[in-house]
This record gives sequence, C-alpha cells and structure tokens, in this order.
Amino acid sequence: MAAIINQKENFFKGIVKENPVFVMLLGMCPTLGVTSSGFNGLGMGVATLFVLLMSNIVVSLIKNQIPSKVRIPAFIIVIASFVTIVEMVLEAFMPFLYEQLGIFIPLIVVNCLILGRAEAFASKNTLFSSVLDALGMGIGFIIALTLLGAVRELLGSGSIFDIKLVAENANTFILFILPPGAFIALAYLAVLFNKISIKTS
Amino acid sequence: MKKKESTLINMVAAMLLITLIAGFSLGFVNELTLEPIAKSKLDQKVNALKLVLPVFDNNPVAAMILLKVENVKDSVEVYPAFLNDAFVGAAVIGTSEKGFSGLIKLMIGFKPDGTIQNIAVLEQKETPGLGTKIKDAAFINQYRDKNLAIFNAKVKKDGGEIDGLTGATITTRAFSEATQMAYDEFIKDTAFISKSKN
Repeated sequence: MAAIINQKENFFKGIVKENPVFVMLLGMCPTLGVTSSGFNGLGMGVATLFVLLMSNIVVSLIKNQIPSKVRIPAFIIVIASFVTIVEMVLEAFMPFLYEQLGIFIPLIVVNCLILGRAEAFASKNTLFSSVLDALGMGIGFIIALTLLGAVRELLGSGSIFDIKLVAENANTFILFILPPGAFIALAYLAVLFNKISIKTS
Repeated sequence: MKKKESTLINMVAAMLLITLIAGFSLGFVNELTLEPIAKSKLDQKVNALKLVLPVFDNNPVAAMILLKVENVKDSVEVYPAFLNDAFVGAAVIGTSEKGFSGLIKLMIGFKPDGTIQNIAVLEQKETPGLGTKIKDAAFINQYRDKNLAIFNAKVKKDGGEIDGLTGATITTRAFSEATQMAYDEFIKDTAFISKSKN
C-alpha cells in the first residue's frame, strides 16, 4: 500500500510540488523562447514530454550497463537521438508545427530538465517509477508552457489559442510577445503558482 | 544487477554500443521520413504556386528555371505558368536578408505585364505577433494588382505607398525589398521566361 501512495506522489510531484518551470526553474530556454502563443507552448511541451519519457525509459533500462564515469555522454547521446527523431517526424508529418518551433526543437537536447531527470531520477530508480516521473514532469512542463503561452498571447495579441478576442487593429501589450514580456509573465506566474500551491497543501 | 566498473574497456564498450544503436536507429527513422519530408516540402511549394499564380495547367515545378541576378548571392528561382500553351504569368522567389531576424523568402506571382497577382511568404523568422503579420491578407492586399512600374512599393516612411506594420518597420522594408527584387528580375527576363515552356 505504501508503495502505491509513493508512486502516486511520484507522479504528482512533477505537476505541483516540483513543477519543473514554476518551482525548479529548469528548461528556461524553450520556456522563454517559444511561448509567444498558447499553441506554441503546447507543441513544445508535448515534444519535450515525448523526449523526456523515452530518455527516462532508456536510461532506467541501461543504468546498470553504463560505467558511472561516462554516464553523462551516454545520456546525452540517448537524448540527442530521440530529439533528432522528434525533429524528423515533425518535419515529415506536422510541417506547420515544425516551422513554428524552428530552432527550439534541436535545443531540446540541452534542456536541463531532461538531462536532470535522467541523472537525478531515472539512473537511480526502476523503470516504472521513471515512467511515472517522466509523465508527471512532462505534464507539469506542458501545463506551465501552455499557461505561459496563453497569458502572453492574451495580453500581447489579444487572442487565445488563435481565437481573436479584440478588433484587428486594436492596441495590445506588444511587450508581452517580445522577449522581455516572457520574463515578466513567467515571474508573475511563478509567484501566483507558488502562492496557490502553498495554500492548498 | 551490479553496476559496471569504470574500467577503460567497459567505458569504451558502453559508448561504442550506445553510439552504434543510436546511429542505426537514426538512420532507420531518416529512411522512413525521407519521403514524407520531401513530399510535404513539394506540397507546400505547389500550394504556394496555386495561391500566387493565375489559373494554369502546366507543371511549374518541373518548368522551374534558375536565373543568375546581379547583387544577389544565389540564383533566383522562377516558375513559369501556362494555360493552353499561352503564358499567363510566373512566380518568382524574392528574398531579402534585411529582415529583423535575417532571411525573408517570398513567392511573388506576376501576370505577364508585371502586375502582382499575389504574394506568399515561404520563410521568415520575424517576431511572432509583430513581423509575422506580413503573412496576413490585410497586409499582402496592399501589393495585390499593383504594377511596380507605377506603384512605389516602399514603406510610407521611406516615401512609398505601403502602410508599414506597427512595430515591424524593418520587416516591412525587407518585404518590399524582396518584392522589388523579384519584380526587377521578372521584368528583365520576361521575354525569356514566357518562352521557357518545357
């Protein structure tokens, strides 16, 4: 019974208590770079979830076969392979998303969230816990990116998930779709998120 | 299972195995996606051609000609269009390196007299929400049915007749430059392009 409760916590910790973006502040490069709209954030989040899940699975399976001195390069090769696969598949079957995410897809390789989970969790835990960990962390990342993207899109372009809420030529806070807006929106969302999650727990 | 010791042989063997597996699986996926990628790129091109050209019945992609232009690094791609063997226009790829974030690549469709039929944006890395508005119909409509011989396609700030996009004057300038480049090229070689039916 205790094991089941632990696994449940293991899954949910990535979404709330150890949310990779709002609490651990990991993977800031794609977080700040692609979240100019809700859809971009969602697309990036899903791509990252896939890579994270696959790399956690592989790393937890081969953890005993990797001598600890070469574990980092070994993990990076695993991660880079999955990222390249994601890139090729996206280009082949979802060219519109590929075009939107552009340079940030190859950059998933250096997303410290993925290497961080491989090193800190998957290389020390069983396959099942690693899968749950990856799913929890990945979903937490998706929620954070989609939320950030939606807020920036709402304030910056006056639309939400590409549905226009204001007139075509209305003045919006252009700042929020520019890079500084990403930092401002992220900071306020992090404050809000932490306030709410402390209150509820 | 016990963790492997970090001896030289163990390390070399582990890395060799991992890189081998990674290499083969990437090669496999590459093989699988090669065709869909080529197809989606071609589809994009054909869709853009249908958008910018008057009605045509030949295959402009097959009839594509490359022209060398002064002042431009690469040769320019021109896609001539014919309907019942009569020349109805051509799509010219216009580029500018002066966008806010580098290259802007457009496909501009011309009628035989040099009037712009329509413009499609093929590649751009402009600021989302600002510069990316060059893809909007409201912006592109300013260029439609205009002949650059009598229409000054510069931004109003530069003495032209185009309303620049708010917060994206540089992008608008690059867009106009790419259009102008394609027009100059089309006018210079109209005679050659109109006879290049394959």
